[in-house]
Amino acid sequence: MSGSSNIVAMKKIVQQLRFEANINRVKVSQAAAELQQFCMQNALQDPLLTGVSSSTNPFRTQKLCSFV
Amino acid sequence: MCDHTFVAITFGPCDSCTLNKPLMNIYLQNEPVNYCSLCVEMMACQGLTQGENLASLKAESEGLKLRLEEERAKLHDVELHQAAEKVEPLGQLVTKARRSLKGHGNKVLCTDWCRDKRRLVSSSQVTEHAVTMPCTWVMACAYAPSGCAIACGGLDNKCSVYPLSLDKNENLSAKKKSVAMHTNYLSACSFTNSDMQILTSSGDGTCALWDVESGQLLQSFHGHSADVLSLDLAPSETGNTFVSGGCDKKANVWDMRSGQNIQSFETHESDINSVKYYPSGDAFATGSDDATCRLYDLRADREVAIYSKESIIFGASSVDFSISGRLLFAGYNDYTINVWDVLKGTRVSILFGHENRVSTVRVSPDGTAFCSGSWDHTLRVRTGRYLSLSDTHTHTHTHTHSLT
Repeated sequence: MSGSSNIVAMKKIVQQLRFEANINRVKVSQAAAELQQFCMQNALQDPLLTGVSSSTNPFRTQKLCSFV
Repeated sequence: MCDHTFVAITFGPCDSCTLNKPLMNIYLQNEPVNYCSLCVEMMACQGLTQGENLASLKAESEGLKLRLEEERAKLHDVELHQAAEKVEPLGQLVTKARRSLKGHGNKVLCTDWCRDKRRLVSSSQVTEHAVTMPCTWVMACAYAPSGCAIACGGLDNKCSVYPLSLDKNENLSAKKKSVAMHTNYLSACSFTNSDMQILTSSGDGTCALWDVESGQLLQSFHGHSADVLSLDLAPSETGNTFVSGGCDKKANVWDMRSGQNIQSFETHESDINSVKYYPSGDAFATGSDDATCRLYDLRADREVAIYSKESIIFGASSVDFSISGRLLFAGYNDYTINVWDVLKGTRVSILFGHENRVSTVRVSPDGTAFCSGSWDHTLRVRTGRYLSLSDTHTHTHTHTHSLT
């Protein structure tokens, strides 16, 4: 009974875990602050937050859709 | 040495010893090779350093997993929603249905917006209009960045590229080009930043990068232990990575050039149906059959938020962010779309209107609208805006919006 393919698979798993264990991580508080900052910086440009006026709305009712 | 019994798909000359034997298909440094079982044995033993065997490798792997958990836990000093306490809460989302597209003859499975924001490509069980495919299920589709071609595929195990033409009479199927070949269904596809390369994910558990012109496989990505259901490319400013999610409940982040699996996240309790990067590229969200959506931050290397409610018991099939990243739109198998406040972790809106499972939700590239596709054969395009809390007193809208 041989486990050669098991060993090959296991070796790969160990190599992957070694790689992952060595990456640099930051604290959640810092990561959260940066996510929040991105949201706030871009909130005014987000039409789903601020809405679009009828004149610039590409989906206002007059337009028709056709199949290409 | 003893052989063990294995299912041999091929019989022929071994790539290593050249003798004709039953062959095992394995991957060495991402290259597929066919070795006979004897050569696999010998190669495996050569790869081991002094004293390593299966038991010692298992012990090392358990130790590394524990160490990873400890490292991640050490940095877990606060929850995302706690950090976001001072952020002003959102009021009600008022949406307006702009389009209800009923051209499909069957369930809508996938949609993609064109970069010019005006056109949508969608795929379904049988595509009727733009492109006719010989197989019945088209599960994935994508627009090329130039808007001049679309890629799609599904149960035919392939991804094919069709150039688009303004001539309605032209037979587009005749110009189709087969690009990708997997050994199981194609679940998702995406052009990279040009029309020249396509990234695919498949039920065969792999993702792959292909050259459109030659059909050549440029890179393959191995690491999932079950079907890969979804992929998303990082926003271009942040480099050559992408995230994939699958039936092994894992979400993996990959380096496109080397094929290396950079980070892996396994906190979902069931299949991950959809993955999507946060607009800054520093995080990504997932939607899963365990009825939750989750946010994973890449620099903190951990899950930082769960979007769930006891009343939501059906799986989430598709997720997408608004362009500021504040809103997460998620389509569910209970026919609804829930809209989540990404920072606070709360649900801010629930949208009704579809008469069957919502299979895909996509926000348009300029962020003005989002489109939902469903098994009820329709695509609905909606725009919306948030009323601030002070506005809500003057309106009689309720949170739920039923669309006629």
